[in-house]
Amino acid sequence: MTQAPQANENDPIIICRDVHKWYGHFHALRGINMEVQRGEVVVIFGPSGSGKSTFIRTINRLEEHQRGQIIVDGIELTHDVRNIERIRAETGMVFQQFNLFPHLTVLENITLAPIWVRGWKRDQAEEVAMQLLKRVGIPEQAHKYPGQLSGGQQQRVAIARALAMQPKIMLFDEPTSALDPEMIKEVLDVMIELAESGMTMIVVTHEMGFARAVADTMYFFDKGQIVESGTPEQIFEDPREERTRLFISQILSH
Amino acid sequence: MSIQAQPIPQRPSAEPLPPPTERFTVLGWLYKNLFNTWYNALLTVVMVMLIALAVRAVGEWALNVARWEVITANLRLFAVGQYPITALWRAWACVVVLWALAGLSLGLWSRRAYGSIALLLAFPFVLGILAQDETTRWALLGAAAAAAAGFLLGQLRQRWLRRLALAGWVAYFPLVIVLIAGLGSEAPLLPSVPTNLWGGLLLTLLLTVVGIVFSFPLGVLLALGRRSKLPILSALSVIYIEVIRGVPFVTVLFMAQLMLPLFLPGVTIDRVVRAMAGVVLFSAAYLAENVRGGLQAIPRGQYEAAYALGFKPWQTTLLIILPQALKAVIPILVGQFIALFKDTSLVVIVGLLDLMGIAKTVLAQPDFLGLQAEVYAFVALVYGVFSFLMSALSQRLEQRLNTAR
Repeated sequence: MTQAPQANENDPIIICRDVHKWYGHFHALRGINMEVQRGEVVVIFGPSGSGKSTFIRTINRLEEHQRGQIIVDGIELTHDVRNIERIRAETGMVFQQFNLFPHLTVLENITLAPIWVRGWKRDQAEEVAMQLLKRVGIPEQAHKYPGQLSGGQQQRVAIARALAMQPKIMLFDEPTSALDPEMIKEVLDVMIELAESGMTMIVVTHEMGFARAVADTMYFFDKGQIVESGTPEQIFEDPREERTRLFISQILSH
Repeated sequence: MSIQAQPIPQRPSAEPLPPPTERFTVLGWLYKNLFNTWYNALLTVVMVMLIALAVRAVGEWALNVARWEVITANLRLFAVGQYPITALWRAWACVVVLWALAGLSLGLWSRRAYGSIALLLAFPFVLGILAQDETTRWALLGAAAAAAAGFLLGQLRQRWLRRLALAGWVAYFPLVIVLIAGLGSEAPLLPSVPTNLWGGLLLTLLLTVVGIVFSFPLGVLLALGRRSKLPILSALSVIYIEVIRGVPFVTVLFMAQLMLPLFLPGVTIDRVVRAMAGVVLFSAAYLAENVRGGLQAIPRGQYEAAYALGFKPWQTTLLIILPQALKAVIPILVGQFIALFKDTSLVVIVGLLDLMGIAKTVLAQPDFLGLQAEVYAFVALVYGVFSFLMSALSQRLEQRLNTAR
């Protein structure tokens, strides 16, 4: 559907080479290298301030990287606004604070982007939206406003909203960190189902149960660098780095 | 009579308990709210006495002393100024259409709005019965009938009726302008009425409505311009806003009267239109700052969510940011519009005869010298009623748009 050099199916869908980012003098990202294959589920974890969120936000250019290269689905992220908009339409994002549009109903939240960005007819968009709401388990909330839903329900709406654009990649930026404990599971269940359906996902999270269940690759971030990466077995059972071991023992012990 | 021990429930029942109810009694309410301590009791007694004295004095004046004939004899002047009698039906048509639209909208959108519709019907009906003049009576009764018909039609709650009502409101403003101003000096049906004949409440309302309708989009654009990343656009917006805000309204009115003709040589701009321009330019600067306040209250996450979904910046602003920002500042905007409504009385200074200007000319009539109290009390009442209506409408709107609950 695009005239741009379409990436080969076997090429990585996301390629990051030596990505750097500064906030003023603070060096937030210090040379991140990462390749994500189609259908791969990546979990990024690490202490706060380690650059995980900053990194995931450079992939759809909510943050600009200042050095290095980011290529998403064959399109390199540059200042070209058209490229940025194309990548954003192919990339769904779920935020820690949900960021639903409070002035719109749940259904309108989900259909707004398909109608305005994709140019779908309203009926078609609403049909897709209702299917997605069934998939995340809350079709009965379609006509409520976000303010009337629980946190877990809001986050599931946010996932449905991102999926409505039929993205090739889903980015999750600490999707359960703002939730009460009893609501974390309902969101993780949706994410696990999504991972098992073959969606390419990058998830910043400290939910190690989720990582163990569905992650293909885990990356441990510290001080703007990737300290260590590997399969969940490697990371949990036999981490190479002492920092990784320490961090995992801290978050598993509480 | 035997006394039996009440069985003590073993477990709290699964049924939720109803909240404890308080029986309402007049004495109980009085005690709780007015006489709960000795100093509140004292305060209540003193205040009741003061209020009684004031009401008695005002009532005495209003019923026995005041010469209200100054109002009744000049009602038409207060309402429309020098607007020609032959064209008076056009002002009445505006009223009738407005009542019809209001009735229709109440019928379509409001549930249990019986108080509002009763008021809407009773107001012109009672005035119509009281009116001495045939035209006035039939126009007022016509307005009441139009509202009733609109309300009943609205009960159908059809989709096409909603569209019609919305289209009606959008078309209402141009309709009023066409009706009041006319279509040209030669037009057979609606000959032009020169603006120097417009006056009274008609002129006050026109200045207000024009001020609101045009300053609103201009103010929103200025607010967006001020927050723009384009340096020239934002600098121009800031300069405009700060210059206008740094100058009294009267000065802006004078500038509009004197400077507009200088800026647009060869074009003669009507005096009323120049005053309207002044109102719009002044109001837009303040509106821009109020809207900017609303824009700043929108969290960054809303922009990020919109951008992440692929919305372009203009779509983000129009669909996501502005609706929330404007909703947040409704109370402030309505406050500003009420102030604008009352501030239009300053056009007296540039020689226009709005409600306040008419009041001054009436006071100069030889028959009614020295009746300031009556005239100003009446003018205050008119301003008060309209301000109250605007405020009540805005509260309705806020409740309707409240999605948080």
